[in-house]
Amino acid sequence: MKYLDEYRDSQMVKRLLEKIRRTVTQHLVLMEICGGQTHTIMRYGLDELLPPQIELVHGPGCPVCVTSTSILDRAIEVAQREDVTLVSYGDMLRVPGSKTDLLSAKSRGADVRMVYSPLDALRIARQTPERKIVFLAVGFETTAPANAMAVWQAHREGLNNFFLLASHVLVPPAIRALAGSPDNRVQGFIAPGHVCTVVGCRDYEDLVQEFRMPIVVGGFEPVDLLQAIAVLVTMLEEGRAAFSNEYARSVSYRGNIEAQRILAEVFEVADQPWRGLGEIPQSGLRLKSKFAAYDANQVFALTIPEVEASSVCISAKILKGLKKPTDCSVFGHSCTPESPLGAPMVSSEGACSAYYQYRRHDLVVIQ
Amino acid sequence: MNPLSCPLPLTETETVLSGHGSGGKLTAELFRSIFLPAFSNSILGRMDDQALLEIESARLAFTTDSFVVKPLFFRGGDIGSLAVHGTVNDLAVGGARPLFLSAAFILEEGLPIATLRRIVTSMQEAAARAGVQIVTGDTKVVEKGSCDGMFVNTAGIGIIETTLRLSADQARPGDVVLLSGPIGDHGIAILAEREGLSFESEIASDTAPLYSLVADMLETRATLRCMRDPTRGGVASASNEIAQTSHVGIQLYEESIPVKPEVRGACELLGIDPLYIANEGKLLAITAPEDAERLLDAMRRNPLGTDAAVIGKVSSENPGMVTLRTSFGTTRIMDMLANDPLPRIC
Repeated sequence: MKYLDEYRDSQMVKRLLEKIRRTVTQHLVLMEICGGQTHTIMRYGLDELLPPQIELVHGPGCPVCVTSTSILDRAIEVAQREDVTLVSYGDMLRVPGSKTDLLSAKSRGADVRMVYSPLDALRIARQTPERKIVFLAVGFETTAPANAMAVWQAHREGLNNFFLLASHVLVPPAIRALAGSPDNRVQGFIAPGHVCTVVGCRDYEDLVQEFRMPIVVGGFEPVDLLQAIAVLVTMLEEGRAAFSNEYARSVSYRGNIEAQRILAEVFEVADQPWRGLGEIPQSGLRLKSKFAAYDANQVFALTIPEVEASSVCISAKILKGLKKPTDCSVFGHSCTPESPLGAPMVSSEGACSAYYQYRRHDLVVIQ
Repeated sequence: MNPLSCPLPLTETETVLSGHGSGGKLTAELFRSIFLPAFSNSILGRMDDQALLEIESARLAFTTDSFVVKPLFFRGGDIGSLAVHGTVNDLAVGGARPLFLSAAFILEEGLPIATLRRIVTSMQEAAARAGVQIVTGDTKVVEKGSCDGMFVNTAGIGIIETTLRLSADQARPGDVVLLSGPIGDHGIAILAEREGLSFESEIASDTAPLYSLVADMLETRATLRCMRDPTRGGVASASNEIAQTSHVGIQLYEESIPVKPEVRGACELLGIDPLYIANEGKLLAITAPEDAERLLDAMRRNPLGTDAAVIGKVSSENPGMVTLRTSFGTTRIMDMLANDPLPRIC
């Protein structure tokens, strides 16, 4: 299949691995930011193919995982109101809040529906004017423009029964928090390709300057990731801190200007809680006051606070790259995808979930 | 805001979830915790796709299946043909020649009679093709809103003429895993029809009766251990059931598993793995290694198995697990799904 097979080509993978092997001379800790990238690494076993000096740690880039429990609790609370239809993406419906999840609320009678696009949520709002349609919107810079567009469209049409319950997170402030943390181990970042497709590269260049640390934009296929790793290894071995875009088939320097315009019109940057990491300054998006009538938090007066942490979960250390999922005492025992104790086990793109899915046992390799 | 905010665990559910119908982990849990203890007997305890009934000298296979597919009509079939094929295939993979079916209909008030007639005609055509008769049935009507158009239940009886003991507990280290053709067609065909997911697709469901293929396979006298039609949960779930029941490891070779390019494309777009997608006309077989080649030839000669392939082997390593060998030579776990990626697929 074109645009796919060439990025999974085993000869190409072999060549890149050979290049990395020839270049690396020291222990290097690299972090891929995006959960999709983590998933590819685990699925294809790229970490096992890399030379032992290279340690991959997995970043906080799974939007479902880092959505705070308070947002989920609010979604569940508002879904149970008589006149409300709660609409969201399929993978959000089974993410547990502090007590239950939306699918369980649905099985007890709440009107919860799955959609594939925020514009489908708008359509439901138009078709059922007697009900209040709350769209639970989460995600990074990738999904935010479509959610912004839904609010903008609702405003233009004068729809008064569509509301956004949003948890939008931004990648650069998260990298800043990780890189600036006193216990940081990461020496180079693989930036998330899809996010950069939307917002462009400038913020990442700034981070390179700020922390004197190489950042390379990477894609999501094995060849993309190994190419990004090869460039990072070369930079680190040469003692250079530079920026490079190794996902140029999707990412342009300036990004998607139209998407950035709608984001700036509808949202403003705000402090944001991350499940597993806590509050990171200026790392989220909230609706501008002009669109306050669409903010479910305000309209429904939702004020459920964050719940206490599980004392055994080490997710903060995992999301910072200080520990591996398999270092956790409850991994695969009391913490599983069916009953997650922490953020990275919650969604299939989380690091703990990827380890659980592909690697939870020491496998005997059968020849 | 607590700096280390983690969710509390969700333990047992108090209500039925859509995942309980996925054919994966939750379905198995429901079976083990509710149905098996209540109905406890050795026939049910074998947990095969069909019950083996030994009545004097006759060996009969008996099975039942309900169909709630949404929408009722899709490219390549409809709820009627699916209801026939699903049940005759559950009999066929037990080595049984399907003979008789029952058909029970739960109809929603307001369903057009023309729709019902069209589906019943399709059932009759499917039954004729599968060589079975629909000999008994039932009709119930529920008020509007209590079901989605119609649900169908079929039960079937077949006769087992082979002396092989085909069961999920029969796989042994060294055995070979065969698959009759490309996977994922049914699930993707249904998804393409779903409201809200309007992608253009030429992919048709593979729904078909499998007994002619099974008969050709039995005729080779190969030492078959077990057969499954990988419906809900796909090849991954069917393989996991066999690995767990036989206490063996099953290793699949990623590169050998046939998937049509258009199905692969749809799976890439939707972020789902074809190994977990339902098939309605495919057969997964475990055989003794010395017979694998012969069996594969026989499968390929049948129109339902032209693209049959060896996709893996059984091992004493990694018991109870299915592993996948990737094209890069690495190995990973191919787990059973906990949740349902595509509800109401059959």
